[in-house]
Amino acid sequence: MIKLFRYLKNYKLQSVLGPLFKLTEACFELIVPLVMAKIIDVGIKNEDSGYVLKMGGVLVLLGVLGLAASLTAQFFAARASLGFGTELRRDLFRHINTFSHKEIDEVGSSTLVTRMTVDINQAQTGINMLLRLFLRSPFIVIGAVIMAFTVSARLTLIFLIASPLLAAMIFLVMKLTVPLFKRIQQRLDKTTLMVGENLSGVRVIRAFSRQKDEELRFRDNADELLDMQIKAGRISALTNPCTYVIVYTAIILIIWFGGVNIDAGGLTQGELIALISYMNQILLALLAVALLVTSLTRAQASSQRINEVFAMQPSMTDEGNTEVTPDPDAPAVAFENVSFSYHDNDEYALKDITFTAARGETVGIIGGTGCGKSTLVSLIPRFYECSRGTVRAAGVPVEKYPFEQLRGMIGFVPQKAELFRGTVRENLRFRKQDADDAELTEALDIAQALGFVKEKPEGLDYPLSGGGKNLSGGQRQRLTIARALVGRPEILILDDSASALDLATDAALRKAIAAKTDGMTVFIVSQRVSSIRYADKILVLDDGELAGTGTHEQLLECCGLYREICHSQQYSDKRGEGQRNG
Amino acid sequence: MAENRSHSVFRPLMRYVKPHIGLLAVSLLFAVISVAATLYAPILVGDAVDLIVTKGDVDFLGVRDVLIKLGIVVGITALSQWLMTLCTNKVTYYAVRDIRNDAFANLQRLPLSYIDGSKQGDMISRLVSDIENISDGLLMGFAQLFTGIVTIFGTLGFMLSINVRITLVVVMITPLSLFVARFISRNTFKLFRRQTEARGELTALVEEMVGSAKTVRAFSYEKKAEERFEKDNQTLRSVWVRAVFFSSLTNPCTRFINGLVYAFVGIIGAFTAIGGAFTVGQLSCFLTYANQYTKPFNEISGVITELQSALAAAARVLDIIDEPCERPDPEGAVVLKAVDGSMSAENVYFSYVPQVPLIEDFNISVRAGQHIAIVGPTGCGKTTFINLLMRFYDVTGGQIKVSGVPVNSCTRSSLRSSFGMVLQDTWLKTGTIRENIAYGKPDATDDEIMAAARSAHCHSFIKRLPEGYDTVITEDGGSLSQGQKQLLCIARIMLSLPPMLILDEATSSIDTRTEILIQRAFTKMMQGRTSFIIAHRLSTVRDADCIIVMRSGHIIEQGTHTELMEKGGFYSQLYNSQYES
Repeated sequence: MIKLFRYLKNYKLQSVLGPLFKLTEACFELIVPLVMAKIIDVGIKNEDSGYVLKMGGVLVLLGVLGLAASLTAQFFAARASLGFGTELRRDLFRHINTFSHKEIDEVGSSTLVTRMTVDINQAQTGINMLLRLFLRSPFIVIGAVIMAFTVSARLTLIFLIASPLLAAMIFLVMKLTVPLFKRIQQRLDKTTLMVGENLSGVRVIRAFSRQKDEELRFRDNADELLDMQIKAGRISALTNPCTYVIVYTAIILIIWFGGVNIDAGGLTQGELIALISYMNQILLALLAVALLVTSLTRAQASSQRINEVFAMQPSMTDEGNTEVTPDPDAPAVAFENVSFSYHDNDEYALKDITFTAARGETVGIIGGTGCGKSTLVSLIPRFYECSRGTVRAAGVPVEKYPFEQLRGMIGFVPQKAELFRGTVRENLRFRKQDADDAELTEALDIAQALGFVKEKPEGLDYPLSGGGKNLSGGQRQRLTIARALVGRPEILILDDSASALDLATDAALRKAIAAKTDGMTVFIVSQRVSSIRYADKILVLDDGELAGTGTHEQLLECCGLYREICHSQQYSDKRGEGQRNG
Repeated sequence: MAENRSHSVFRPLMRYVKPHIGLLAVSLLFAVISVAATLYAPILVGDAVDLIVTKGDVDFLGVRDVLIKLGIVVGITALSQWLMTLCTNKVTYYAVRDIRNDAFANLQRLPLSYIDGSKQGDMISRLVSDIENISDGLLMGFAQLFTGIVTIFGTLGFMLSINVRITLVVVMITPLSLFVARFISRNTFKLFRRQTEARGELTALVEEMVGSAKTVRAFSYEKKAEERFEKDNQTLRSVWVRAVFFSSLTNPCTRFINGLVYAFVGIIGAFTAIGGAFTVGQLSCFLTYANQYTKPFNEISGVITELQSALAAAARVLDIIDEPCERPDPEGAVVLKAVDGSMSAENVYFSYVPQVPLIEDFNISVRAGQHIAIVGPTGCGKTTFINLLMRFYDVTGGQIKVSGVPVNSCTRSSLRSSFGMVLQDTWLKTGTIRENIAYGKPDATDDEIMAAARSAHCHSFIKRLPEGYDTVITEDGGSLSQGQKQLLCIARIMLSLPPMLILDEATSSIDTRTEILIQRAFTKMMQGRTSFIIAHRLSTVRDADCIIVMRSGHIIEQGTHTELMEKGGFYSQLYNSQYES
């Protein structure tokens, strides 16, 4: 948590003033027993009603001042902790935005979302507690000890023994329970996972009639959780009784030795009562600490998780890259002996790939699952850094471009159709934020999406719910294609983006792209021969290696693998006949 | 209204506490003991102080006796406090575990329509955070509330026994803190709601922009995302600061009122002592009581808010537990055995919502071993068909028969196990690959598992994984490619080999080369097995014995390929479009 304190630096004043006013309030509270002692020793002893009233007035005044101080403290604490949270949130968001696909693959985006939301909120609450409540207790304890000293130096010895003892006890309990709480949290995470899994897999589970087993598995986890909760509870339940015993032992000692002192004339009765009050104040302050410990532990754990994200550095940046001038005569995309490994080891997802794609050419990429088709196209917008070789866009190596310029040249349609909350128009403007409706309509038309968008009463203003859930899979996919087409990118990449489309739409889409995207270099990744057979150039990939390059006809002649793929699709076309013949 | 809800929640909740009612009683007993002992301690302290008057006037023998008594009382307090917490913990954690288990168990029995109709995130938060809320707020809160009330009455009793007049002063001033707390919480409620809204906005934005980070990168949308984020972030800050500040006023305000109580007790106590009706020890003890009496009042307002939110949480959890589950299998339901693979639908009617009829008067008769293809454009409702076959949903009219037995009169599990199903969503559970393949047959031997993996062509890639068959698949199979996941789902079916098959676009993300291998295995498997195939590739369904054509949820055509082509309807249109380029 301490590492995150840097986010308080713009709120130095508030974070100092908050506790300071808290301290002031504690001081006022600590003077109260002294005043009461005076009332007893002077007012009652001398039967001086005026004095009692005067001192009573002082007590009320102390209360008012305490209230004012603590309100001010709360104000500063709220300002500082929210400032902390806001800046931390902004920085973490920015930091996550620098991550390349590699880091996102490693951590997983759902983890990042949790850290951005739940964890930051926990840390923010922790800071607020720390500024507002936690510091109060040590102030009171230390203050009480000092005040006790002013009353009786000798009896303060009892305070000096009791206080560290209490601190040690609380520390011990925390040390024993924190690891347990962590494990409880893990079990709870597992519960979350199990429930989620059971909801998304409900059909499969029921199809296999495994409900009972899932229930048993859940019960096992619940029992383990219970076990740990009981164990942790047993230890943390000791805090209050132990505190109580220590404080009262101290009080007993104070009374006894106080009695000895009074007998010898070194102490008054009122002062003895004051000492007892101070001990009681320590008790109350520490009981409050015990309540705070859990939430501070949580904040601590959250801070650790946040720091983990900060510790991750993007594996590549475009820092220092300035706008480059593309070579108008160079091919749109060129791969020169490109090899790529996801984990920087010998397991190459792509091996020694060389090819060029001229401007306006359509390039089809075909091959088996996991052969590196998607990997290949994701090197063009530099989502990943190639391990060896060079990828050039318009003659310039991609790592020389600023990300914005490079990716601005490219319209990318990912496999997963991801849309965002907002209107269709807002979603389509992702590439070009000032695109007008004519441009959007044209893109929709090419993507075969104009029909269903027009059918909506709101048209382009049709609101999409999160992830575009209110559209069908095929509609979503067509919108992501339209989104990539807006602003006429120089390079269009369709990464197996027609999987959710029926064949008729798929064919119409290909026709429209061919007809209406003059001068655009198009990459089509597909597993269907029919999607790529009319491409100007087809790349056949086999386990990361280029098994053949050429047109459909050329490849049929010289590429065994391509023939096999074609054959297999032909075969599947005529499956029945094959069956009958065989 | 809210009151009624609380009552209706309380009773069902009690049934989870009931098994531990003895323990709860013990815990309450210890609570009373510990409160009594806690309150007795200040009296003893006061007594001791009264025995120490001034120089030379100290009754050491008496003090010793009182202090020994005090020691014993403190011991009892600590012990009963500890035991009370242990008992409450036990009651709480056991009750919560039972609630959670029940909720989960009912989840397994809820009709699919309920699960399909609810948001997954919402269901998860009910089973996890809402239940935690019950544990923290309701049960712990109850214990706190109980001790608080006992303390209030206890202190009241003790104070009355010492001095009636001063007690009245305390009793009159203290409730002020309750009013103040009420006043503050009523006014902060609105702020908190706005804060929750603003937070929801920001979370939704983060979920999109971080959750779809790859798309954000692809469009260089980072800067714009940051702008939008910063705007929402600032809005949230300004609302939140106010909410936090105003809500944090409660504590200082109630403390101020306690301070007032203390001051008044001091003044009036001093006057009374001057009048001689009061000893100094009694005053000291009274002051401690005044503090102890007011403390629960401060806590109670907090506890009540927590109780309220816990009750709301409980209501949400109980909604799941009390939601009527799937109609249980009827008494004497037939256990389908030796299914021959025939299936028929007679005058079947179905709709998800009564207002929108989907399937009307649908009839089909499928002989054993026939292959039925279901085709239609995206989103045409092909999954409805599976829902009915597997009895995830029940038909609204007519009946479906499998092996001549109406599906409504046989057990769901025997019906479902006669089908092998490969869905479009490749669902794998967290666990090893071995466990996943053996999901339909948990007692399968390693040899059987590997044989299934081989016939689904995933043996080779599994072998290449670092841990082979013991590789743990993380959340939703993250580390595997979509194709590999699908292969595993197929292996899962290969292992149990049921007499009927449902294949839902099972090969859509598998490349054609692998697909052909799978198809070969399927063809072998499908021989003699009734199969329902849902696919985009019309070529694969051309040879089907019957083709069901669906469009926007309705079955519009039905027949063999030749029949449908001759008819020249929607199917022939769909089929011909495939060969345009």
